[in-house]
Amino acid sequence: MSTHDITVTVNGQTHAAEVESRLLLVHFIRENLRLTGTHIGCDTSHCGACTVIVDGRPVKSCTMFAVQADGRAVRTVEGLEVAGALHPVQAGFKEEHGLQCGYCTPGMMMTATALLESNASPSEGEIRQAISGNLCRCTGYVNIVKAIQHAAATIRATKTETPARGVAAAGQSATTA
Amino acid sequence: MIPSQFDYVAPSTLDDAVTLLREHGGEAKVISGGQSLIPMLKLRLAAPTVLVDINRIDGLDYIEDRDGALHIGALAREADIEQSAVVRQRYPLLYDTARVIADPIVRNSATICGNVAHGDPGNDHPATMIALDASFVILGPNGTRTVAARDFFVGLFTTVLEPDEILTEVVIPTPPPRSGGAYFKLERKVGDFATAAVAAQLTLDANGNCQRAGIALTNVGPTPIRATSAEGFLQNKPLDPINVAQAALLAADAAEPVADWRGSEDYKRDLIRVLTSRALTLAGRRARGETINRGS
Repeated sequence: MSTHDITVTVNGQTHAAEVESRLLLVHFIRENLRLTGTHIGCDTSHCGACTVIVDGRPVKSCTMFAVQADGRAVRTVEGLEVAGALHPVQAGFKEEHGLQCGYCTPGMMMTATALLESNASPSEGEIRQAISGNLCRCTGYVNIVKAIQHAAATIRATKTETPARGVAAAGQSATTA
Repeated sequence: MIPSQFDYVAPSTLDDAVTLLREHGGEAKVISGGQSLIPMLKLRLAAPTVLVDINRIDGLDYIEDRDGALHIGALAREADIEQSAVVRQRYPLLYDTARVIADPIVRNSATICGNVAHGDPGNDHPATMIALDASFVILGPNGTRTVAARDFFVGLFTTVLEPDEILTEVVIPTPPPRSGGAYFKLERKVGDFATAAVAAQLTLDANGNCQRAGIALTNVGPTPIRATSAEGFLQNKPLDPINVAQAALLAADAAEPVADWRGSEDYKRDLIRVLTSRALTLAGRRARGETINRGS
């Protein structure tokens, strides 16, 4: 059995672990780190429920090996809320009722977060294009689009008042085996 | 789903990667974006004993327009193609193609070279590369060789790549003035393979006649199919609706579709006719200088 020592930064915290080559990133996140906000849906890279952000870009964590994340920075849905305050994307989904069953929501929010970090004023078409790799079987996307628009407006409003907040709190560091 | 066990190595140079492939014979497999390979490993349709990950090799993610050609490195992602201004302006066929591959998240990881090297007839870049008369730079134990796209695809999931070779670069000759291209794909939903798709690349002469036509078909045969009779028919002819319709019929004749859950043989063949007509028409408008961007 081939194993590897990896160090991955997840939501600002550094985690060192010994992993099998074949361990998928989503299993590392859910089982090794017990961060179960990231969901496994189709397990074949279609549905996007497992979407996380790796070095700034959304990826489907069921279609990447944990060993490939060695040295990289991963963000999951647990990293959105900071000090008890909802991220604007989370607040948008709450305000606009952007979910019903909630299964797709973590992946949907990570895709939305990455979109708004590169484009704070997306058109409806750009939003729909960005989330076209995230399937929702409940809401029909209308409220999800509204939720992302709500978040975009919040981010634009706060950007003019305060500096953009960091990706993760600095100085946090923990190690798990 | 969990893949079979395998060993994993991430070399830091291409030469080391080739050496590893050579050491392991046909048991090793290159992984770049992994967006086709990892699902195949999980479904156990593939079970290599070693994965050679080229993602840690520096300097392979380039998209460079130089020396009369577009050079795309082995680690350039589909998303990089979509965001490249030079691709949008000068290689609209390539831009059209990249934006309909899988979905935007998959395209953050998926590579152009991987899409080609995988040899899946459902992949979209192979037809586009044939229509653009691209060539592929291949590195092996004895150095590099270059193979034209039209000679690269041998059969279902089979290319001329040897087990110890890596496709390191796609080279697309810069189209001359009065050129344009377009890719038309029918997919049942975002992320599906094409029911059928057509890549067309045209160069017109000063009188508006067709100087060169490149036409290739996706997912209607064991390999991408070059529609040579349709290309030949258009030679030196004006790109009017009657000639476009005739070329589209010839392209449909070149298709070798098989019936599956995406449609019958007849349906797919007629789809090729319709998509060829649309692709040639848009390619012609772009060749005449119209800027037509598609998508959001």
